[in-house]
Amino acid sequence: MKRFSISNALITLILGLGAIATAFPFYQTLVQSLSTILDMRAGGVMIWPRSIDFSSYQYIFHQGRVVNGLLISVIVTVSGTLVSLAVTTAGAYALSKSSMPGRNIIFIGIILTMFFSGGLIPLYLTIQGLHLQNSLLVMILPVAVNAFNLILMKNFFGSVNPSLEESAKIDGANDLIILIRIIVPVSLPIMATMSLFYAVDRWNEWFLPMLFINDTSLHPMQLVLRDAITNLSQVMNNSMGAQMAAKTQNVYSESVKSAMIIVSAVPILMIYPFLQKYFNAGIMIGSVKE
Amino acid sequence: MQNSVSQIKYRRQSGLEANRRKWREVVKHKYFYMMVLPTVLFFLIFAYVPMYGVILAFKDFNYMLGIMDSPWNNFQNFRDVLGDPNFKHAFNNTLLISFGRLIIEFPIPILLAILLNEMRFGRLKRIFQTVFTFPHFISWVVLSGIITNILNDQGVLNQILVLFGFEKNSILLHNGSFLGLIFTSNIWKEAGWSSIIYLAAIAGINPELYEAADIDGANRYQQMKAITWPVLRNTAAIMLILAVGGIMNGGFDQIFNLYNPAVYERADILDTFVYRSAFVDATGFGYSTTVGLLKSVIGCLLLFGANFVVKRVFKEEGLY
Repeated sequence: MKRFSISNALITLILGLGAIATAFPFYQTLVQSLSTILDMRAGGVMIWPRSIDFSSYQYIFHQGRVVNGLLISVIVTVSGTLVSLAVTTAGAYALSKSSMPGRNIIFIGIILTMFFSGGLIPLYLTIQGLHLQNSLLVMILPVAVNAFNLILMKNFFGSVNPSLEESAKIDGANDLIILIRIIVPVSLPIMATMSLFYAVDRWNEWFLPMLFINDTSLHPMQLVLRDAITNLSQVMNNSMGAQMAAKTQNVYSESVKSAMIIVSAVPILMIYPFLQKYFNAGIMIGSVKE
Repeated sequence: MQNSVSQIKYRRQSGLEANRRKWREVVKHKYFYMMVLPTVLFFLIFAYVPMYGVILAFKDFNYMLGIMDSPWNNFQNFRDVLGDPNFKHAFNNTLLISFGRLIIEFPIPILLAILLNEMRFGRLKRIFQTVFTFPHFISWVVLSGIITNILNDQGVLNQILVLFGFEKNSILLHNGSFLGLIFTSNIWKEAGWSSIIYLAAIAGINPELYEAADIDGANRYQQMKAITWPVLRNTAAIMLILAVGGIMNGGFDQIFNLYNPAVYERADILDTFVYRSAFVDATGFGYSTTVGLLKSVIGCLLLFGANFVVKRVFKEEGLY
């Protein structure tokens, strides 16, 4: 192993600056969310918070829309991830069996959808035809399977040692039992990776509910946040508006908006370190070409 | 005569036998068909039914009549779209932004992977990687909130500019600086994530190669050029094909959450154009479907074209 050298120091410096630049906007938002309006108006750059003030958080948690949005997001994320994981796992396992007649046709049919799609309007009409408007299912069903995730998982299952299945087969287990009892427990890295991918996608979903859910009480956190941001940035883009915003009550203040941003990002920050160790391994095994 | 009859009989029997064998295979796999059924239904309903819906591009869509019964309109949608200056605008912007991404954004993850691989302090390296990958998992809704927070009139950037005696700058409202923001913010979000696939490729290199090169007296730069880069080249070729196939997607989530009427002139891409023409300006679903179809077809052609070029001209392994 090499010892200290100028090139080592230089590489570390470049990456370190990059990492700081990547993290700084998040940190800045956190600082703003903890600042009072007085701190914000004092101007200047706040590297350290001038005061730690939780009133923005108190405000949003006493506000029906944010709490309700978080609740909807949690419901959609948990149920959506379970549905996606179940469907993708079963589908990927079956598709990993090259002996299954018709398997290639199904697989090619799925790959084609990655490169050619009907586009937004036909999808819109299809979802409308299924009467999914104003239902939480619109955030779960139309995005239940991600073709890329399915392929990653199929490749992983293809690399599982077949002798595990054979011995279970001799004991009289059927393929469904084998999947649940034998394959899933040995596939934890890929299961964890897929849970992370799907959970993040469901948590971040804003476009489908924006198109299909008029009932604001069913809006997820991302959409509540988006509304707040659009309302605020229209006002904040000129300084006149900023002064107006400080006076009026119906526009969120900058620190309240920052608090909302932090609240929408924190759940991901919490699950991410636990799953990170899996997804590096999961992707490496899954991306091995067949 | 006798011979050929028995032959036919035999053939017929072997045909039956083959059928029977196939059927036995199907029965043997019955649980697998059960498992794959939800997946197949999903793709039929949410991918293939909408594909059938593209016939709207050739029809004058009437809400009351539905897709099936709306009248054909003799390519009028195509004439409308191709004659629309707003479409041309969005088309050119999409190409400009996508080529910008290819030139500016595409090399960054490769560079990042090489640097991370060359880094020697293990724990710090893992921390850096965690930081670089994190923004990938945050939605553009949240990120655009953070970006507008930093760049608006009262934001940190302007505070810094004022501190050093410069004029305030509204990056979000100017065409040129907005494009720069599009590229920079996407690097911020995706570079760390995209570098994982290159790091995976590097991890597959036999470490003995580096040891042998070390003994032969090759320095770090020479080792990178002779061992690391050839492996990365193939991964980069595949990623490039995919990126070229995606040229017609300028990045809807990002632009839709960041743009504003002040920068429509340069920032409006085909996807945002389709959205606005269908749901804001209500130009008609037939029209919007036509734009979507053109986009999809050109995207596919680009993908096949890029794959061909990479395989034939650069002699790299392609996508298929």
